[in-house]
Amino acid sequence: MKRFIGFIKKEFYHIFRDKRSLFILFGMPIAQILLFGFAITNEINNVDIAILDHSKDATTKEIINKIAASKYFSIKQMITREAGIASVFQKGQVKAVLNFEKDFSKNLIKDHKATVQIITDATDPNTANTITNYVNAILQQYQKELNKDITIAYQIVPETRMVYNPELKSVYMFVPGVMTIILMLVSAMMTSISITREKELGTMEILLVSPLKPFQVIIGKVLPYIFLSIINALVIVMLSIFIFNMPVQGSLFLLGLESVLFIISALALGILISTISSTQQTAMMISLMGLMLPVILLSGFIFPISSMPLPLQIISNIIPAKWFIIILKGIMLKGVGLQYIWKETLILLGMTVFFIALSVKKYKIRLE
Amino acid sequence: MNNNKVIQVKSLTKMFGDFTAVDAITFDIEKGEIFGFLGANGAGKTTAMKMLIGISKPTSGEAKVAGFDVYKQTEDIKKNIGYMSQKFALYDDLTVKENITFFGGIYGLSRKKIKEKSEALIEELGLEKVANQLVGALPLGWKQKLSFSVSLIHDPKIVFLDEPTGGVDPITRRQFWEMIYKAAHQGTTVFVTTHYMDEAEYCDRVSIMVNGKIEALDTPKKLKEQFKAANMNDVFLKLARG
Repeated sequence: MKRFIGFIKKEFYHIFRDKRSLFILFGMPIAQILLFGFAITNEINNVDIAILDHSKDATTKEIINKIAASKYFSIKQMITREAGIASVFQKGQVKAVLNFEKDFSKNLIKDHKATVQIITDATDPNTANTITNYVNAILQQYQKELNKDITIAYQIVPETRMVYNPELKSVYMFVPGVMTIILMLVSAMMTSISITREKELGTMEILLVSPLKPFQVIIGKVLPYIFLSIINALVIVMLSIFIFNMPVQGSLFLLGLESVLFIISALALGILISTISSTQQTAMMISLMGLMLPVILLSGFIFPISSMPLPLQIISNIIPAKWFIIILKGIMLKGVGLQYIWKETLILLGMTVFFIALSVKKYKIRLE
Repeated sequence: MNNNKVIQVKSLTKMFGDFTAVDAITFDIEKGEIFGFLGANGAGKTTAMKMLIGISKPTSGEAKVAGFDVYKQTEDIKKNIGYMSQKFALYDDLTVKENITFFGGIYGLSRKKIKEKSEALIEELGLEKVANQLVGALPLGWKQKLSFSVSLIHDPKIVFLDEPTGGVDPITRRQFWEMIYKAAHQGTTVFVTTHYMDEAEYCDRVSIMVNGKIEALDTPKKLKEQFKAANMNDVFLKLARG
């Protein structure tokens, strides 16, 4: 046991004396969370729009006021002619133009129907879509107010309600993903690099000739990273709670347990990578290409799995990160307990056991 | 069993598939002996050594190191041997003291013992001024000497040195061999591989491996007589060229 403690102490010296690994360990998680939280966002705020109002009557003015009052849009200019629409888009001054037809109020009263055209700049389709939805929502709201006193039979008003993330805050979606990436990175990449480093330097040979047992060497290398990964997970959750006001609905304890499970599966992958690579560079490349890319692309973190082609959907099942993200979203956003995510947990557990068994086997073969 | 024989090897063989890396080698080494283990690159030296230090299982044959069987008692072997590899193997990002403490620690020495050892060792090597500096900043020769001392930290019965003086200047090489002599004098058996034939002359006995077999084994003096050579270099060339 004493041997073991000395070993772990040495491992911490390595980590704390290497600026690069310190940066990856602590700089990266914070930078990523802040980046994803502040910069990369699906929300719209103060989007510049232009208005072409052919009627200029009481109703259109009211609607325009409502739009101007919302924090989502700011009215950049009023256009007077149809030809102006193309020109404002080309100059890139606005993202959308609202075109009210002539005699808007009159039509509304006479025909119970009036038209407003929403023209959006779809070079950025996501934003265009979001803008359309937001404008629609404002119009619906206004319509409802108008019809307050009148009852029209058989009117179907679709009412959408976003649950679990009612404000559509993108940071809520990113936190589970970023947490998964960081834990994968720290656990798998850092351990595989630190083990191959000992191989490269020739110290691994010395350790294997010493009375330390091979599994003690590996556990000794891995334990500090488990510890640091847990700290990282804590930092990420703290940042999301205190900086982005993201509520954690479910049990923090369960969140912790699931995180430890995922960390262990990532560590086992890291050991596996270290057994097949002989240099630190190789270990890093395999970790990045073999782990990071699938985690980013196929885990459902950025691209929804349900809209992927079938073969990719099938492949996504073997990626531990996919299951961990489902678990995280369940606990953090939906506040569910183990009874709702036991299947995912079981899959993750199975994968972890499989990776550990495989890396132990590989490691033994290498010793021969 | 003769207690003076710390290494006994009989028909030890290692095969990789169809390739016989080590072909039925047989030899004994006595306590306190400096045993030179020579051979060209690829002759099977490293493979043979790996079997003796318990990190590679022999295909057939018998061997006992420090009285323990290389098949079943590798853990006991590991406790009783020291090892220094051709690749320099201390941690560059740890200080001299931390390295000593770490290696003392993994060999299970008590804290008090480690402290004593490390003070004695630092004084002996004249490293007082750099004791708290990172090993990475030391010149190669110093590192090598430190590495050798560290491999002796747990007072092993046998120390295995795999090309310990590669890339070191002649003066440091000389000092290094003085350290080897001192260790041997204190009763540690030294098993050393080298490519420097002048170093082979310093050994008590020398074995020369060619293509997995031990082709010659005797004192340097007798080998020179046997092969009618002026020095070990000629002996080696005559054998290795076949």
